[in-house]
This record gives sequence, C-alpha cells and structure tokens, in this order.
Amino acid sequence: MHKKTFVAAAVGLGLVTLSACGSTGQSGGADSKTVTLVSHDSWAVSKSVLQDFEKRSGYKVRVLKDGDAGQAVNKAILTKDNPQGDVLFGVDNTLLSRALDNGLFQPYTAKGLDKVGAQFQLDQGKHRVTPVDYGDICVNYDKAYFDRHHLTPPRSFADLAEPRYKNLLVTENAATSSPGLGFLLGSAARFGDKGWPDYWKKLKANGVKVVDGWEQAYYQEFSGSSEGKKAGGDRPLVVSYASSPPAEVIYAKKRPATAPTGVVSGTCFRQVEFAGLLSNAKNPKGAKAFLDFLVSKEFQEDMPLNMYVYPVVAGAKVPADFTAYGPAARHPETLAPDRIAANRDQWVKAWTSLVLK
Amino acid sequence: MTARGRRSRGSAARLGLLALPVAFFAVFFAWPVAAIVARGLKTDGGWRFGRIADVVAQPDIRHVLWFTCWQALASTALTLLLALPAAFVFARLDFPGKQLLRAVVTVPFVLPTVVAGSAFLALVGHGGLLDQLWGVRLDTTVWAILLAHVFFNYAVVVRTVGGLWAQLDPRQEEAARMLGASPLQAWRKVTLPALAPAVAAAALMVFLFTFTSFGVVQILGGPAFSTLEVEIYRQTSEVFDLSTAAVLTLVQFAAVGAILAVHAWTVRRRESALCLVDPQVTARRPRGAGQRMLLAGVLVTIALLLVLPLAVLVRRSLDAPGFGYYRALTRTDGGTFLVAPVHAVWTSLQYAVAATAIAVLIGALAAAALARRDAGRLVRGFDALLMLPLGVSAVTVGFGFLIALDKPPLDLRQSWILVPLAQALVGAPFVVRTMLPVLRAVDVRLREAAAVLGASPWQVWREVDLPLVRRALLVAAGFAFAVSLGEFGATVFIARPDNPTLPVAVARLLSRPGDLNYGQAMALSTILMVVCAAALLILERLRTDRTGEF
Repeated sequence: MHKKTFVAAAVGLGLVTLSACGSTGQSGGADSKTVTLVSHDSWAVSKSVLQDFEKRSGYKVRVLKDGDAGQAVNKAILTKDNPQGDVLFGVDNTLLSRALDNGLFQPYTAKGLDKVGAQFQLDQGKHRVTPVDYGDICVNYDKAYFDRHHLTPPRSFADLAEPRYKNLLVTENAATSSPGLGFLLGSAARFGDKGWPDYWKKLKANGVKVVDGWEQAYYQEFSGSSEGKKAGGDRPLVVSYASSPPAEVIYAKKRPATAPTGVVSGTCFRQVEFAGLLSNAKNPKGAKAFLDFLVSKEFQEDMPLNMYVYPVVAGAKVPADFTAYGPAARHPETLAPDRIAANRDQWVKAWTSLVLK
Repeated sequence: MTARGRRSRGSAARLGLLALPVAFFAVFFAWPVAAIVARGLKTDGGWRFGRIADVVAQPDIRHVLWFTCWQALASTALTLLLALPAAFVFARLDFPGKQLLRAVVTVPFVLPTVVAGSAFLALVGHGGLLDQLWGVRLDTTVWAILLAHVFFNYAVVVRTVGGLWAQLDPRQEEAARMLGASPLQAWRKVTLPALAPAVAAAALMVFLFTFTSFGVVQILGGPAFSTLEVEIYRQTSEVFDLSTAAVLTLVQFAAVGAILAVHAWTVRRRESALCLVDPQVTARRPRGAGQRMLLAGVLVTIALLLVLPLAVLVRRSLDAPGFGYYRALTRTDGGTFLVAPVHAVWTSLQYAVAATAIAVLIGALAAAALARRDAGRLVRGFDALLMLPLGVSAVTVGFGFLIALDKPPLDLRQSWILVPLAQALVGAPFVVRTMLPVLRAVDVRLREAAAVLGASPWQVWREVDLPLVRRALLVAAGFAFAVSLGEFGATVFIARPDNPTLPVAVARLLSRPGDLNYGQAMALSTILMVVCAAALLILERLRTDRTGEF
C-alpha cells in the first residue's frame, strides 16, 4: 500500500513539474522591433547575412516556416484579416494568381527593384509582390545509366514519350508537388491547351511513374542521386531542378570531376519566387525593410547555395560551382500568370483523372 | 424528499459536471470546425448547400467514397480474421510472457502513423526486407494499406473482445459440451452470442479508424489512393478548394456519426447482464494439440505482422556503429532543425503531460456525468459526441484553429497550448471509454450508505468513488499520454518548426536526404516506441478491470 502511494505521489509530482516547465516561455511576442517572416520549409539564409540585416536595420527577424509553399500560401490566405506575420516569402508564379486574387498583399516598391530583370516582374506596375529568385524545373538524367546502355539521353518533352525511354521516367503528383505541377505546366506550354492531355496519355502508355513528392522521386526512385543509388532507385529520369546536378557535386563525400547527373534541356519550366508585404501586417515598416533586404546584393549572392536558386538581381554573383555544374536553362518554357490562373485548377483536375485514376 | 426532487437535483449535478467538457468541446472543436466549414460553404448571399449535390456527383469524389468504404470493410474483416484467435488466446490460455506480449500488441495502436508507415516501407517497400529476399514490393498497392491497418488495429480487437472473453464463465461452454455439443457447436451457440456485442463494438471501432485513415494511405498508398480523409487534406491544403473540402467534411461527419451511433448502441447492449467471473480463473495452460497449434499460430502472426516491422525499424536505427544515429540526435545540424533533434523528446513529453492533464480532467468529468444511472437520451448523445474528434480530419481542426482562435482572449495561434489542446481532443475519448465502465460498476448503495451516514457529496466522492476508480484513472491517464505522444495529424499543422514534437521531427527527418537523416528518423522512432511501450507496460500492471473497451 505504501509503495503504491509512493508511486502515485512520484507520478503526480513528475506531472506537475513537467507541466510547469511546459508553460514557461515559448511564445515570441510581436512588437515594432520584430519582423515576422512567413515562409515555406525550404527557407534558408546564412546566419551572418541575417545578422547583418538585424544589426543594420535594428529589427529582429522571427521566421515562421509553415509547411510547403502551397500550404504556407493557403494558410496565409485563410488568416488574411489577422495575419501571422508581416512578410511572406515563397509564393511562385504557379500560385501567384491565387495569392493576388485573394488580396493577400499590399503594394510596395522595394528599393533596388530597378535592378531586377523585367522578365521576372510578373506584377509590374502594381508591385504587390517582389521577385526574389528563379529556378528551372527540368527532367534530370542519370549519366551512368545512359552510358551503360549506350543510349542517348532524351532532349525534349516529345523524346520522353518514345518507346526507347519506356519505364524510365518518374515524376511527382501535379496536385501535391510543386515540381510536379511545374512539369505539367511546362508540357501545357509546349503542347497547348488541346495538346497536353494527348501527350500525357502517351507518357502514361510509356510507363511514367507518379509519386507524391519530390523527396520520394529524387531520393528513392531516381537512380542518379547518391541517396537514390543506395535506396536501389531504378528510374534514370526524374522531374527535378536545373540546380540538382550542382547539388550532387557539392554535397558529394568525394567530389567527382563532373556531375553524375545532367539536365534534359528541352524540358524546363521557369519558376519565379516572390515575396510580399502582407495585408494587415502589424509591422509594415519592418516588412518593407526586409523586402529591401531580399533584393539586396548581399542576400542575393548568399541565396544560391542556401536554397539552390538563381538571383534575380543583375550583377549578383553566382558561385562558380553553381554555374559550372548547373547553368540556368537557356530556353525554358513559360506561361503567363493569367493563363496559369485561368487553367491551373482545371488542368490539375483533368491530369489527376487522366494519369492517376 | 420526493422522487421528483431527487431527480432534479441529480440532473443539476450532472449539468454541473458536464459544463466544463461541453464548453471545452464547443470552443476547441465545434467552433473551429464550424468556422472552416462555413468558410467553404457560406457566401455573401447565404449558404451554398447546392454544392453538396455537385461535389458528391463528381466521378472522382465517388471513386474516393467507394474506395474509403471498401478498404475500411476489407481492413475490418482482415483484422477480425487475424485478431479473433488472438483474443481467445489472450483470454483463455495462460503462457509465460503473456503480460509483456499484451503490451507489445498494443504498441502499434499508439504509434504515430509516420513511424508505422516508415516501418512498413522498410519491410515491404523499395529495397525493403521482402524486396531483398524475394523481390516482392507491396508499396503503392492496396495490400500494404490493408496490412498496416491490421497492424494498427489488432490491439483493438484483442483488448475489446479478449477483455470480455476472459470474464465469460467457461462453465457455460463446458455444460454445453457435457450435453453433447461439439467444441465448434458449443462455441457457436454459447460463447459467440455472449461475445457478439463486443465483436461488433470492436469491429465498429476498427471500421471507424480505417474509414478515417490518413497517414497510412498517404505514405504507403502513393498518389493513386485516396480516402475521404486524405481527399479532405488535399482539397484543403493543396488544391485550396474549401467548398469541396467542406462538403467532404460534412459527408465524413455524417458517416462517422452513424458509425458512432451504432457503436453506442452495441456498447449499451454489451453492458446488459452477463455472468462474469474473475479473468484470473478462466485462463489455463494450453491443452491438446489444437490449442497448442492455435497458440503457435497466433504467436507467429504477431511475430510477422507486428513485431517484424518494429524490429526492422530498431535494426535500421542501429546501422551506424556505436549508436551513431542516436548520438547524432544530440547535435544541431543547422539545416533541418534549429534545435538538436533529441530536444523533440523533451518537447513531446511536456506537451503530452499537459494534454494528459486536460484530457483526464475533461474525460473524467464527462464520464462521471455519463455514468449516472438516470442519464437521459441527451446525455447519452453527448457520449457519442465526445468520440467525434476521433473521426474528424486533423487538417479541418488544424485550419479551424487558425481562423477561429485568432482574437483575444483566445488568440492562441502562436501559443504552445494549442498543441496539447489538439492532442487532448483525441485523448479525452479514450479517458471516457476507460472510466465509464468502471464508474458504472460502482454500487450506488455504497454512495447512498455513505450519504446516510452524513458524508457530503465531496466526501462520498473522495471516500467511495475515488478509491474504486483510482486505477482506472491512472490507466486512462496512461492511454491519453501515449495517444498524445503519438498524435501527428493535428500537431503537424500547429507545432512550430522551432519546437517540433517527436512525430513531427520524425516526419521532417524522413523527408530529408541522406543516410544520417534516415537513421536519425529511425532512432527517434525507436525512442518514441520505447516510451510508448513503457507506458503501456505500466498500464498492464495497474489494470485490474478488463471490461474497458481499449
């Protein structure tokens, strides 16, 4: 009996202590000296660069990573009247219309915007969003596989549907994954409103495999990535990024002379990422300072190796490794934001029925 | 005092007890869910109920509904088929290590789906054990989903059916045998009818859990499979079609409500008088070849289906020499997390303790109100209502929190308490289900005798009820703790990246490249599993009454 009482007392005491610990300091306050950035999980910046900004501007930066890009934007739209932060980074051209139509941002012309290339300024004239980076979604191929099988790698969208590349391609679900959606939009840009379903019928007949996310496709199914090799991945073609080959080199345990993977240059779709000042932001002044920072040379040059994207500011230097192993695509497919806005949901729905069901 | 007066005082007390649970569910469940549904279906001009017919008529949605139903039925049937023999073995046979094994069997039920999903992937997926041995891959097939569902729900059948079975008087069956019935006949005519309500209740719970399956379908099924719950997630979080999501939420609400209503009905039937005996006296050492074969069969099933996936998980966590993956958990790598992954263990424990405290408070109050014999239909309805959070999509609740709890005094979006609150929603039903049978079994005459002798209601509760239900309370707390620890769905929407819980940390590690991250995910999963198993083992020692449903 005594023993039991003791155990109960010990458990009780433990519970009280634990919950007491749990209730102390975990909340970050919002005040005029704090800027809150809402972003997706891939947000990354060098510590020293961020500290420079904090020192120079006098603002403290609080980062709220809120799921993947789509989720972060959706949550921001839901909480528009009473936002969780001041700036949102990470809405791309495929989702831009959703954010703008819902009035997510208020206009601001960032200092230094004049140095950003015109082809990236998709909200020109209104300046509700500021372009920050770009990248290309492209099919990557496993060089060793094609050498071994004496097969020339494909070069274009059309090649991927040819019988000699049967059962080689893995892509992502266009409804759930941003590269998956980019690849679908790229094919729509290439073959047009009427043509893309036929193309996907051919791809399906040619054994394209669809998985839910990029991680699964690239790290498990693709035979060219170092993780995919270990996992026994057996698809030598994957929908990924133009910057994936340099990542393979830079992250390799022993640096290879050439990248083990290459980019199928005719399959690229241009993705531009934006940031914006949230409507009803509590600290608009701080948010504006942060937007200026995002297009500053310091941040733009720090960005490539942190997030594997290219700077949009003219004159920002890109590390040599990056350009040597992964130049940006020369003629990527593009789609005007209003065409994406008008068709995206309906295309994704049609694609889902066509390819997945 | 007139009978009428006593009655009204009883209902006043009941209302008092119910006030807090009702307020809790109204504020933290009903309101957020209503808010998100309203966002989807309400326009400036009013409600768009016409959307319901539109959405349900879409072929893709029909396909989802059909798959949700048939996979739940198939999973339930398969679980019953594999777990009913085990229920018998645990109830009627005595063998060494039984208590430990009962805890082992229950571990999967409280494991987060991410962990179980990755364990199954390591077994049947690409480069998994079966792939290496025979080149067999089951991932992205419906088989992986069904097997994982059996893995999770095995314990529901073993505990619900086995608990009652252990207390059925074996002499009834023996009498039938004496009168010339074959063993099968005796079982079919005597034991089965007595067990039927428990089997039905277990089957309905399994059906409910698999009907609303989320993580398993996402991780093991791939993009081609979608249950209602997965579709709600996709429509809300990815497609951002809130009106379709709202309609699907309503459909799921209706389905879950129906399941729960039938479940409540079977539970009431089960509480009808049965001749119950102490489980200690019914279990015997296995006799005869038949019983030994059955025991062996059950042990093999448990080994292959439940232990093997967990063992693969543990083994992978030990792949690096000198516990390398475990040691890596204490370092900050800067990229994936802002804190060392092992910090998640501490965060999780804190959240789980807070969630347990809330769940026990809410659940015990509700159980106390529901246990009163004069409970009317309305109160019984609340019983079923308490179970609803188990059947409502976590993304609905999570997004509901975002838009409903955003104004003072309830601006909780940035608060740590949101996570324990969401976990308590899932934990409270378990507390109610554990406490209710025990509270109902307390002899009213004991309370009346104490009252006659001059005890105040508070003293009656302290001196009569509390000693009798203390163990049940601890068991309920343990269950709520284990469930909170493993809760993933709602937490993943709410938990802040700088303070991930264990399951969230596992999911994030799994989505990162490289052996080190994968190994760390396995190591964290193993830690989580050990904590859950320890909690369950303690429960096994505490638990005396086996009429509880879990």
